[in-house]
Amino acid sequence: MADGRLNAVEGLAPHANRLRTLLVRLVANRSIALGGGLVAIITLLAVFAPLVAPYDPLESNFRARLLPPSAEHWFGTDHFGRDVLSRVIYGGRLSLEIGFLVVLATGIFGTLIGGCAGYFRALDNPVMRLMDAWMAFPAILLAIAVSATLGASVTNVVIALSLATTPHTARIVRASVLVVREMEYVEAARALGARDMRILFVHVLLNSIAPLIVRLTYVFAIAILAEAVLSYIGVGPPPPAPSFGNIIANGRDFMVEAPWVTIFPGVAIFVVVLGLNLLGDGLRDVLDPRMRVER
Amino acid sequence: MLSFVLRRLLSSIPVLILVSLMTFALIWLVPGDPASVFLDASATPEQIENLRRQLGLDQPIWSQMLSWYERVLSGDLGQSILLRRSVADAILERLPITLSLAALALFFAVLFGILLGSLAAVNHQRWGDQSIMAIALLGLSIPDFWLGLVLIVVFAVQLGWLPSGGYVPITEDFVGWARSMALPAFTLTVTQIGFIARMTRSAMLDVLRQDYVRTADAKGLSHSFVVLRHALPNALVPILTVTGVIAGGLLGGAVVVEQVFFLPGLGRLIIGAILSRDFPVIQGGLLMLAVIYLVINLIVDLLYALIDPRVRYG
Amino acid sequence: MTGVPLSQKPPLLTVEALSTATGPARRRLTILEDVSFTVSPGEVIGIVGESGSGKSMLALTLMNLLPRSIVRTAGTVRLGETVLTNLSNKAWRDRRGRDMAMIFQEPMTSLNPVMRIGQQIEEVLVRRRRMTGREANREAVRLLERVEISSPAERLRAYPHELSGGMRQRVMIAIALAANARILIADEPTTALDVTIQAQILDLLRQLQADMGMALILITHDLGVVAEMAHRVMVLYAGRVAELAPVDSIFDDPRHPYTKALLASIPTIESRRERLTTIDGSVPTVGAMPPGCRFASRCPVARAVCKTLAPPVMPIAEDHGVACMEPFGYALPSSADLPGAA
Repeated sequence: MADGRLNAVEGLAPHANRLRTLLVRLVANRSIALGGGLVAIITLLAVFAPLVAPYDPLESNFRARLLPPSAEHWFGTDHFGRDVLSRVIYGGRLSLEIGFLVVLATGIFGTLIGGCAGYFRALDNPVMRLMDAWMAFPAILLAIAVSATLGASVTNVVIALSLATTPHTARIVRASVLVVREMEYVEAARALGARDMRILFVHVLLNSIAPLIVRLTYVFAIAILAEAVLSYIGVGPPPPAPSFGNIIANGRDFMVEAPWVTIFPGVAIFVVVLGLNLLGDGLRDVLDPRMRVER
Repeated sequence: MLSFVLRRLLSSIPVLILVSLMTFALIWLVPGDPASVFLDASATPEQIENLRRQLGLDQPIWSQMLSWYERVLSGDLGQSILLRRSVADAILERLPITLSLAALALFFAVLFGILLGSLAAVNHQRWGDQSIMAIALLGLSIPDFWLGLVLIVVFAVQLGWLPSGGYVPITEDFVGWARSMALPAFTLTVTQIGFIARMTRSAMLDVLRQDYVRTADAKGLSHSFVVLRHALPNALVPILTVTGVIAGGLLGGAVVVEQVFFLPGLGRLIIGAILSRDFPVIQGGLLMLAVIYLVINLIVDLLYALIDPRVRYG
Repeated sequence: MTGVPLSQKPPLLTVEALSTATGPARRRLTILEDVSFTVSPGEVIGIVGESGSGKSMLALTLMNLLPRSIVRTAGTVRLGETVLTNLSNKAWRDRRGRDMAMIFQEPMTSLNPVMRIGQQIEEVLVRRRRMTGREANREAVRLLERVEISSPAERLRAYPHELSGGMRQRVMIAIALAANARILIADEPTTALDVTIQAQILDLLRQLQADMGMALILITHDLGVVAEMAHRVMVLYAGRVAELAPVDSIFDDPRHPYTKALLASIPTIESRRERLTTIDGSVPTVGAMPPGCRFASRCPVARAVCKTLAPPVMPIAEDHGVACMEPFGYALPSSADLPGAA
């Protein structure tokens, strides 16, 4: 009884108030603070790479090959004598850029596909079967195949990774659209004669955005990891531009005498992905406590 | 139960058709002509035309598709352009390596994932819970290929305990096989265990709140018995679901890990084919992996029915 | 109900000054406060109160089944000579399913959905009463017969979702009987069931109680049920005992204004299932307990003193206690212990 009343009051609370409680909870969440902090720091480093990086990431210096970490080269140098720290910073810039574009593309296409499947009953079954089939291919292999087939370039890597992360995202959007679609206010809007597309976008999507935000945070993490794999295998963004993956790939052959070339970019990937995962976990806890821990 | 199995089998047919269709369509992704992409610029128009004929690209698309289905259904995946041998043979030769790697990793990830997740749930919001969840999160955030490289340096190069790569067939030498699989399987397990542990924890937390667990507690049964006999079976359904979901990640991970440890599995075959644009092998390999994924998920669904009587009769 | 309170015998269960609370140590929120009562062997005691009165919490406290967020802050529970509250969690757990058993409000969710009925009954017999599998199976059949389930041998192989709510509650009772307990705690055992099934289950409980001579703690919000079943009644209000008396005294001579209001709100026979909601105002919530008597804000006879002083349960007749100052002319007997305005 008391609960029912409480909920009713909460439901009537003005939007601004709800927004403020939401903000307070977001700020108070430890995972968000830690993950968001990590991601923010790394993003700043990436954006201001030209100012932050101590050296030119492409400038080789054959007299300074495979130097261990020192005061001059914090992360040491690679076999061309390039400063690993600078390369990691620029690599992060590229990896984050790719990750961001993948999030954007996956967000748009996942929402479109999942939204339509969830909202238009006739589309649901065929579209979702297609997504099932799509997901049957290991995502990373799909990305490798697409990227290799289209040819190595930043754009193609983004396309490949977006293709790999879209079906699961569409499935998540569809699931929440299905729930929202049956809610009273959507019925009400339909009764008032709003056109199908307007209902879809204004009501349904606005209200199923929480799981989407959480998913896209994880997509960012997945994209960073996958981009590194692509580069490592040699179908990532083309060299000499450093990315996390191709720094590691370059360092692999010198792993025994110069482990720092491999270790540091790996740690960098780990920190970025950890930050994003923490952020995703925190957002999930705050925005949608019922959501499961899959991603 | 039988009707459930039949229904589930029937429902996987359209997905299977779509999967094969998508593998077939992959070749159309290639900008320009696949035959000339495979051969380098020095190839004569005649060579290209030969290859086109060999790949069936000279036929109209519907007839290409028809003959593709005809062949695939009879188990013929075509001839590798590069290896000059049957794709099906090449795949079957490599498959055991990939499957055993994935199976090992799946086994350990499920075993320890359930164990860790349950421990976390039982110790909810205590330090045990928090440290287990931190470990799970770390595992999820480590790049698998990089972890493999680091493990090679530490355990193979520095300590010399295990081989840095290569494969010993289990039929030849079991210990050698175990040693060659130890690092790859560990790498793959570490990166997948977090999913299972996290899902187990949340499912167990959910189940431990249920009335029937309280009933079991009211019977005075020991706590461990209540957790293992009453709570865990009820948590298994969502755990299985996530196991099905990560099966794809696991196969993909196996492909990458094979690459790092020089295991001559299906993954190395496919990646080699991708890099050399050996389309029949790419298509056959991808189809094989997709079918494996679908079979795993079929098994998962059948296990649901085994665990939960409501699914069986529903 | 005709039975005379069996208070001459030494009590089976003695609860003294029991309190529970929730929340962090600095800001403890009291749920139960200073609850004392006894249960004699073979006695049926009805515990009545609105939702939020703490009656289910009381049952869980007696079984040591409280969720981790709620702790016992004071008081003792004694079973015969054993002080349960001094036992380790493990030792208290061992008492459950042997000396005490419990059935719950929701038969639909109280049985494990992935285990057969038989397994759920037999595990008590095998693991708690050391029977062999064959003995346990035979005993389980007998128990299902006991709770009047037809073709019991077949039912043992059924899963909970194949049974109706009434059947499931019968199975829950069979599980409780399997424990061979001296005390059965039934927490709103019929609330979730249809009216006709309610009567059947109550009949069954009464009959089993009489046949087996076990004590029954029957928790309900339904005074009609209490009138039919109980020897004595304890009325809870907002976590405190309001009145404790033999069933006849409660119905014929209620002394607490809350009890009186409850009785006045009993609906007619036809609509007995209605919740008791006809008293103005509502039970104060856990976080907002007023000082003094917790019923004061809703009480028709409250005076200024009631808002500051919380009276303990005071004897007004030999076996009749009441936590109200009105019957005493708004003056506390001088010997009474005063838990003052906190």
